[in-house]
Amino acid sequence: MKPRQQRMLAVGLALLGIAIAAGLTFRAFDENMMFFVEISDVVAGEYPQERNFRIGGLVVEDSIAREEGSLAMTFRVTDMRCQVDVEYEGVLPDLFREGQGVVAHGRMGDDGVFIADKILAKHDENYMAPEVAESLAQHVDEKMQPLPDSSTECDSE
Amino acid sequence: MIPEIGHFALILALSLALCQGVLPLIGAHRNDPAMMSVARTTAYGQFVFVAISFGCLIWAFVQDDFSVLYVANHSQLSLPTGYKVSAAWSAHEGSLLMWIFILAAWTMAVARFNAGIPKVLIARVIGILGLLSVGFLLFALLTSNPFERLIPAALDGADLNPLLQDPGLAIHPPLLYIGYVGFSVAFAFAIAAMISGDLDQNWAKWTRPWTIVAWMFLTLGIALGSWWAYYELGWGGWWFWDAVENASFMPWLIGTALIHSLAVTERRGLFKSWTLLLSISAFSLSLLGTFLVRSGIIVSVHAFATDPTRGFFILGFLGVVVIGALVLYAWRAPGLDSSAGFSPLSRETFLLLNNVLLVVATTLVLMGTLAPLIVEMLNGGKISVGPPWFEVAFMVPMIPLVLLLGVGMHTAWRKQSTGPWIRLLRIPAIVAVLIGIVLPLFFYGRVSLLLIVGCAAAAWIVISSLIQPVRSWRRKKGSSAITRSALGMSVAHLGMGLFVIGVTIVSAFGIESDRAMRQGETLDVGGFEFELREIREVQGPNYAAIEAVVEIRRDSEFVATVRPQKRQYLVQKNWMTEAGIHPSWNKDLFVALGDQLGDGAWSVRIQYKPMIRFIWLGAFIMALGGLVSVTDRRYRKSAS
Repeated sequence: MKPRQQRMLAVGLALLGIAIAAGLTFRAFDENMMFFVEISDVVAGEYPQERNFRIGGLVVEDSIAREEGSLAMTFRVTDMRCQVDVEYEGVLPDLFREGQGVVAHGRMGDDGVFIADKILAKHDENYMAPEVAESLAQHVDEKMQPLPDSSTECDSE
Repeated sequence: MIPEIGHFALILALSLALCQGVLPLIGAHRNDPAMMSVARTTAYGQFVFVAISFGCLIWAFVQDDFSVLYVANHSQLSLPTGYKVSAAWSAHEGSLLMWIFILAAWTMAVARFNAGIPKVLIARVIGILGLLSVGFLLFALLTSNPFERLIPAALDGADLNPLLQDPGLAIHPPLLYIGYVGFSVAFAFAIAAMISGDLDQNWAKWTRPWTIVAWMFLTLGIALGSWWAYYELGWGGWWFWDAVENASFMPWLIGTALIHSLAVTERRGLFKSWTLLLSISAFSLSLLGTFLVRSGIIVSVHAFATDPTRGFFILGFLGVVVIGALVLYAWRAPGLDSSAGFSPLSRETFLLLNNVLLVVATTLVLMGTLAPLIVEMLNGGKISVGPPWFEVAFMVPMIPLVLLLGVGMHTAWRKQSTGPWIRLLRIPAIVAVLIGIVLPLFFYGRVSLLLIVGCAAAAWIVISSLIQPVRSWRRKKGSSAITRSALGMSVAHLGMGLFVIGVTIVSAFGIESDRAMRQGETLDVGGFEFELREIREVQGPNYAAIEAVVEIRRDSEFVATVRPQKRQYLVQKNWMTEAGIHPSWNKDLFVALGDQLGDGAWSVRIQYKPMIRFIWLGAFIMALGGLVSVTDRRYRKSAS
């Protein structure tokens, strides 16, 4: 091959490599992108089908139930308007507690239960994930009481 | 009284920084030696006052002065004294003061160790560092004064977040900041060169050691943070692609590119404008990182408590610095480049590829980090990008990078002839591929394409890093020995090879297992037996804990006993997991205690992490390589 052809070949191969790499990167991006969905929307059925998403809110008091001696557990999460049941099997983060903020990654099961594969709780007493705080702020007043008109709108109650 | 002295010292430091930022620059412009000599004295003076201020803050912590709001929020009477000191930089205000202190220390170092460098250049560098310091001091004084009083004083403090009560985390921020802030020296050198329009190979020689030292500290800081996350966050990962981790990683990637690009500028006088652009980028990314961490706009476990005015201030500062630097760049850089050429097969080509791949990697990390922000601004909903994406995307530029690394080291400047090059590299290449197949198959019993690539690449880097030092060692005395600079490069690359081995093996063969466990029960994970012998209560200085005693055996032979704990800190009432780890050079056995499940059972996470120590060992050796290379004779010569 002449040097000119060699150069063309090298450039062609490089472009092909870049194209494949870019394709892989974008596909992986689509697969790993997760939406945050408010619990009220989850209850209303407005969530991504057939793919993972995140929910967040407060763990409802007295809602944690577990099978004795097993890792499987259920609890409810609320955005102070609607509630959704969450199922999880695994070790919980240190700051997971009733009445505290939590974010769960997972997907919706057939029976309206959110099946979490990952639970995140905040690392700091005073810190709450901004999206959770924002979601809660829409439905509560400053003293963390549900707004009077919001509790009636939820279908599940 | 002491806090007011600290506050006052900070204001005095600001006025000195103003002098330092204005007079030497004017002096350099007019070529007035008297005005330029102000640089040195003001740099020293500013350091003294910042040091007094930082000292006062630490003093307030050690003395439990809860009439200072920041102390009351982040300390507590029964906190061990060592942690009272480190609590000073545990949150926004104090860590900003530490940032300023480190900037003043770097400036003083530049003012002290600059023999051989033209006075005009040094005056400009110190002047620019002074202007940066003005920005940070204003930020501290206007939005984040750590000395603000709390009246009436609190009887006791709210305690330091228990996660931060750890020796690793006490020294992680200082190391990281020395690295971050160190890039401001490279930045100042770049701006100074652009102001004068004069950039030669000597400029690169003067800039390089500062950049390498900053990079070295950043490497150590990131590695230490990763190690802390591994044992202290409790769940055994070593890198989470969290926004704040990425914020420290991007300057590191660009800093690495900068070191390599500076090598070309120093040796061959090429890549000048590119080197300038990287110097600007490294520091800008450090600032961007600060903005992301402190403004709270990005969801992260590391995020500081948020305050929008602070976010605006840093964003404004970032804008001034980046836009100012880029305008100057657009104006001055085109005139700088020299036209010397190089052959396609030369060290220059490989270093160019290194730079392209590192910049691509940085761009990918930046995209993934900012994607949630951008999508939300476009009303596309609230998204997050999971670690699997970063893992895939990052591998795309990294695989060619590590493969080319071993070749590039043995390629001559200007032009390499093909024959000797192939003769030298073919045996190491074959050996590396064989190791890539045999290592996973023989020790771990499984092999895949990705594993072969990872292990072969690691072996390839290790072998090719060793060629030069081993040859130089076997050669008799008197013949030309390897330079410190070349040795440092070999050592740093060796560290990179060890790091790649660690990452490859632990991601392929690491085992994580969440289980329910009762007293006396034995579980089998990764060929080891874990027996839960006992659950008991223990008492620490400022916490109470539940401790599990877990005996680890292999084929019924005793290996180790680990004692994972769940601690409850007495003041904040938070629960904290303290993992029980049995470390050894080729694997970690890791047990973390979860919750009580009822019926006498506890949840536990058991992990088998082969070769994970190589990740941090590799990073440490990389930093060591940096240290070796800055002791090269040509840097010492210019310093004496």
